[in-house]
Amino acid sequence: MAVVYKKSIALTDAPLTYCPGCTHGIIHKLVAENLVELGVYDKAIGVGPVGCSALCDFFFACDMYIAGHGRAPAVATGIKRTHPDKFVFTYQGDGDLASIGTAEIVHAAHRGEKISTIFVNNAIYGMTGGQMAPTTLVGQKATTAPYGRSEEHCGKPIRIAEMIATIEGAKFVERVSVNNPANVRKAKKAIRRAFELQLEGKGFGLVEVLSTCPTNWGYSAVNALKWLEENLIPYYPLGNYKDY
Amino acid sequence: MLEQVIVAGFGGQGVLRVGQMIAYAGFSEGKEVTWAPSYGPEMRGGTANCSVVVSDSEIGSAQLLEADSVIAMNLPSLHKFESAVLKGGKLFINSSVIKEKATRTDISVYYIDANTVAEKIGNAKGGNMVILGAYAKVTGTVSLDSLYELVKKTFTGDKAKFVDSNIACIKAGAELV
Amino acid sequence: MAKKLMKGNEAIAQAAINAGATHFFGYPITPQSELIEFMAREMPKVGACFLQAESEVAASYMVYGAAGAGARVITSTSSPGLALKQEGLTYMVSAELPAVIVNISRGGPGLGNILPQQGDYFMCTRGGGNGDYYHPCFAPASVQECADLIVEAFDIADEYRMPVLVLGDGMIGQMMEPVEIPEYKKYVPNKPWAADGNHIARGVHNRINAMDLAADVLEAKNNKIQAKLKEISEKYVKYESIDVEDADLVLVAYGTPSRACKNVLKKAKEEGLKVGLIRPISLYPFPKVAFDKINPKCKAILAVEQSCGQMIEDVRLSVLGKYPVEFFGRTGGNPIIPEQVFEKVKNILGGTK
Repeated sequence: MAVVYKKSIALTDAPLTYCPGCTHGIIHKLVAENLVELGVYDKAIGVGPVGCSALCDFFFACDMYIAGHGRAPAVATGIKRTHPDKFVFTYQGDGDLASIGTAEIVHAAHRGEKISTIFVNNAIYGMTGGQMAPTTLVGQKATTAPYGRSEEHCGKPIRIAEMIATIEGAKFVERVSVNNPANVRKAKKAIRRAFELQLEGKGFGLVEVLSTCPTNWGYSAVNALKWLEENLIPYYPLGNYKDY
Repeated sequence: MLEQVIVAGFGGQGVLRVGQMIAYAGFSEGKEVTWAPSYGPEMRGGTANCSVVVSDSEIGSAQLLEADSVIAMNLPSLHKFESAVLKGGKLFINSSVIKEKATRTDISVYYIDANTVAEKIGNAKGGNMVILGAYAKVTGTVSLDSLYELVKKTFTGDKAKFVDSNIACIKAGAELV
Repeated sequence: MAKKLMKGNEAIAQAAINAGATHFFGYPITPQSELIEFMAREMPKVGACFLQAESEVAASYMVYGAAGAGARVITSTSSPGLALKQEGLTYMVSAELPAVIVNISRGGPGLGNILPQQGDYFMCTRGGGNGDYYHPCFAPASVQECADLIVEAFDIADEYRMPVLVLGDGMIGQMMEPVEIPEYKKYVPNKPWAADGNHIARGVHNRINAMDLAADVLEAKNNKIQAKLKEISEKYVKYESIDVEDADLVLVAYGTPSRACKNVLKKAKEEGLKVGLIRPISLYPFPKVAFDKINPKCKAILAVEQSCGQMIEDVRLSVLGKYPVEFFGRTGGNPIIPEQVFEKVKNILGGTK
């Protein structure tokens, strides 16, 4: 029988701990497939965050770290400066990267660290139970914004891809989404490009991936995808922001 | 032997350098030495001072509040450290800058017209070396020869041209006392 | 290397390089700036990596990353910076990563000032971050000891896969003394646990992680950390002890204040007073054993610190009520003045000889 689909060897057999309908699993798969297809799996080192993907060191089959909250880019810096010949990526959520870890991501980009960052933006704190993130939309309800996010009170959501693209050391920045098969394919391509850039020694690359959180958004898996398309994408435009 | 000396003056008068040279010369003579600067906001523009201890046995505190000798390069230093000289100790005053006299009578005071002497030698910045020469001669903490050797070792390459004038300043200082 | 005159900060830096440090990550802060500047200048000359981080927090995680990848790594800072580094420190203890952390301490609390002070004793000896841990902490009192302890700190860090802290006060960082730095030795890591990207050859992927969700797993980790600390506590107790066996009063001081205490000992001898000194070199493990040798008829112990009294708690725990424990301290960066300590000694002894 012909094999039409096989799980990437860059993923372990550990069962994923993500909620039903969460798109972390898809993004893991895209990262893993790119590692293998680019032939870098055998020298890849990943750094996971604090958040829902804090267990991703069990899921990726390469050497893995879990950093302190928001500090993955600093940890990746330490690794890459120790092994410049290895392939180093970080995998971070929006609370991690866009809130507590803004200094680390900005300065890793600014130094032009030759690492690749997968930034998973689902506009909410997932693991801690649905609190407001810096990326939570105005009006969107969260457990720490029970009346909906107020612009007056806590500002508008932060657009990371646009911000990082302004930094000289960042050489590839793209925002993608995994809400439908076409976008999943585009996401895979963007991750590939960011990885290639690291291999070429050009500098820092970041792919922002719009993702769902059905549990904390309070939608079914299907409706969560729809909500993403109708609400997140208009505020967070998909597309390439930088490609050297 | 145990010699504790405080060197004090304006930043830029080379007071830390004088202290270091006493320490280096003592070190080259095989003695135990410590050099401890006062550091902090005062090192930027204000007064600077350092403590040096030269001994033939283990040195305790490196930071001095009283000393066998004090070298005062400016008036605020004289005011601050005259009282720090131990009874029977020695106070070296740069009289080119300090026009006041010391008030203590239980110590030996040496007025060194350091800047004038240095200018005559043609080394306008060498006042600190003149007073260093006087200090070394009077106290015998370190030998003049050790200081000359140190100068030769310090100024090399492009800076070798400063060796003679610095040695001349140290020598002139020693001859004043 | 031949003996030469160096500042404590420079001796620490040179000793770290000669111990084969491959990486330094740090952030500028007075009074340790000579150290980071020395590293920036000298590390590239031996092919080592110096990188100035955007913050102490980031620096501590760069250390975490490099240590996990098998590097011999060091960072240095001063008090407020160490407070920021505590986050990375507790992660390193949990992830079992070896590294050397230097704290050239200054005045506090808050921004305090840049003068020497010993107000970080608790932060440095009690496991200053969250969670249930300690790590070794050594306090040099001379420039030579700065160099020697740094070299040993690297080895202990590797032996126990644990961060080791070297605590000097601002004065030891700034003062110059003759020092002999051990010869340069290239570091050859042997760390099969490192996550260095060799998972294929190794046949298993290594994970560097400071989280254990299952209660029993985390308890096992805590037990392992405690077991390592117990062994360290037996193996690496360091102290200097002078004349305690027949002392009527014993001073206890670490770092540069212990040097002022040596002046006090001299004065006491001249006046016929029997005063001894215990100088803890390892602050964790605290040298409790040194107190067993004190004259049973000793009238008092006097803890001398450039703080409001922190080490004194360990002194009390060491003598367990056997002797009264008195305190002399200065803060704000004011030095310990031998004459003032001696006055206190005479007061305690009531003029008796």
